[in-house]
Amino acid sequence: MNTLEPTINGKKTAMNALEITDLKKTYQSKSRTVEALKGISLNVAQGDFFALLGPNGAGKSTTIGIISSLVNKTSGTVKVFGYDIDSDVEAAKSQIGLVPQEFNFNMFETVLQIVLNQAGYYGVERTEALIRAEKYLKQTDLWEKRNARGRELSGGMKRRLMIARALMHEPKILILDEPTAGVDIEIRRGMWEFLKDLNAQGITIILTTHYLEEAEMLCRNIAIIDNGKIGQNTNMKSLLATLNVETFVLDTSPFEGSPDLADYHHQIVDDHTIEVEVKKGQGLNAIFKQLDTQDIQVLSMRNKANRLEELFVRLVEEGKSNQAKGDK
Amino acid sequence: MLSYSVALKAILTKECNRFLRIWVQTLVPPAITMTLYFVIFGNLVGSRIGEMGGFDYMSFIVPGLIMMSVITNSYSNVASSFYSAKFQRNIEELLVAPVPNYIIILGYIGGGMLRGLLVGLIVTCVSMLFVDIQIHSYTILIFTVLLTSMVFSLAGLINAIFANSFDDISIIPTFILTPLTYLGGVFYSLTLLPEIWQDISKINPIVYMVNAFRYGFLGVSDVDLTFAVIMIIGFTVIFFALALYLINKGIGIRS
Repeated sequence: MNTLEPTINGKKTAMNALEITDLKKTYQSKSRTVEALKGISLNVAQGDFFALLGPNGAGKSTTIGIISSLVNKTSGTVKVFGYDIDSDVEAAKSQIGLVPQEFNFNMFETVLQIVLNQAGYYGVERTEALIRAEKYLKQTDLWEKRNARGRELSGGMKRRLMIARALMHEPKILILDEPTAGVDIEIRRGMWEFLKDLNAQGITIILTTHYLEEAEMLCRNIAIIDNGKIGQNTNMKSLLATLNVETFVLDTSPFEGSPDLADYHHQIVDDHTIEVEVKKGQGLNAIFKQLDTQDIQVLSMRNKANRLEELFVRLVEEGKSNQAKGDK
Repeated sequence: MLSYSVALKAILTKECNRFLRIWVQTLVPPAITMTLYFVIFGNLVGSRIGEMGGFDYMSFIVPGLIMMSVITNSYSNVASSFYSAKFQRNIEELLVAPVPNYIIILGYIGGGMLRGLLVGLIVTCVSMLFVDIQIHSYTILIFTVLLTSMVFSLAGLINAIFANSFDDISIIPTFILTPLTYLGGVFYSLTLLPEIWQDISKINPIVYMVNAFRYGFLGVSDVDLTFAVIMIIGFTVIFFALALYLINKGIGIRS
């Protein structure tokens, strides 16, 4: 079993916002049976900003679907702030705000109607709902669009509308499934700031994303799910510390031939770009010294990929390799 | 503690907004269709038919035509609204919320009943242009129209739960509901049929609804009124239980 004590930044917290134990889901059809979740267990501490990552089809959306009661589980238990989703279903649902991957609001209703309806479903009286609608639509820059129909909004506005809608009942835990997919970088960064503010106010946030830069920037703890199983469940710093090799791209003054970089595995991209793999503990000074002796000046340097991305790709490849061995 | 009444009101408001927003598609067509029925069947053909069940033909068909419009509109409102919510996935807004399944059902069928009753009222107003309306029993009239609209709202909901395409929500009305309605004694008295066809007609639930409703207006019925009332209550209970079972199991809405 792969579980964590409820901790944030190494400090124990009062309780877990989410406790998943031995969760299994099998999809059955006439033609085939797919085991989407093979017994995953994980805890998310109250107040955490948690990333649930994994390749397509790994089981992330199934997990979120079960937590939010959109998918029936095969077995296992899920508790939201101590409320079991089977025995205390209404109390558990009240704690959760869900921002799904697909746009799932009524495209023919106005922005205001959409958020007011959602508040009503959670028992929020109309007068209070109107106050909250103004608050959250203003925070998501949608107040001016409150009388526009859902279908008239841009992609970024639709994403923000789904966040505003999820906040209308003021949940304790916000689950976002790919919230910034298809959103331009400026809006994405604005959404990051907004989510950070929400988390600072005490809302626990669980995020799935394909932008690993986003997960690295926002999340404190992380679980990587692959092929229906949790591969890693740790805090972001510890995970990144396991990264043994980083690839740097050096933009240099033009050179001829192949520069000599002893002890460093490297690749010449063109006559002024070198990709160098740096192992943990190797340091970068020796690279600069060696290039300097060959009259090659380093003009700029950057990571070839985001650190989490490198680690993620490696872990997923390891997972595939282990699965292939198992199949044999 | 969640206020279920607020949740129910939210669903009902959404449903009413939906059919009122598209009133040209939902409220006007039944008024036009029924006007044509009154003109053609009631006035032109009816004047040559003479009396039916002791009343002139126009007076005889009015209750049936009102009930027919209530049935088709209650059914189609819930079938199309619930299936659209499935299709657009906005049913998920309700599934993730702490709303009990019976409230979801009451919200949707409440919308269907309101549309059915509103259309029924419009058709009644249209019929008053052609005939003097008389009421024999308000109790039976109101009871029958309320429960009938509920039964067919529930039937529309069950249809939408199983539907996988928009075709699936038009097949049942076209191939089952319309024939049952036309053969349910809307346009004729069962006593005109040979005995064997009278017995076969009594398998049709719409016969009991139309006749109970006609009793409310005219005080005449081709079937025993007590039995008709029991049948209507029975169908309401069975359809509600079935809808609740299907939603609880997540059939058609949860994977």
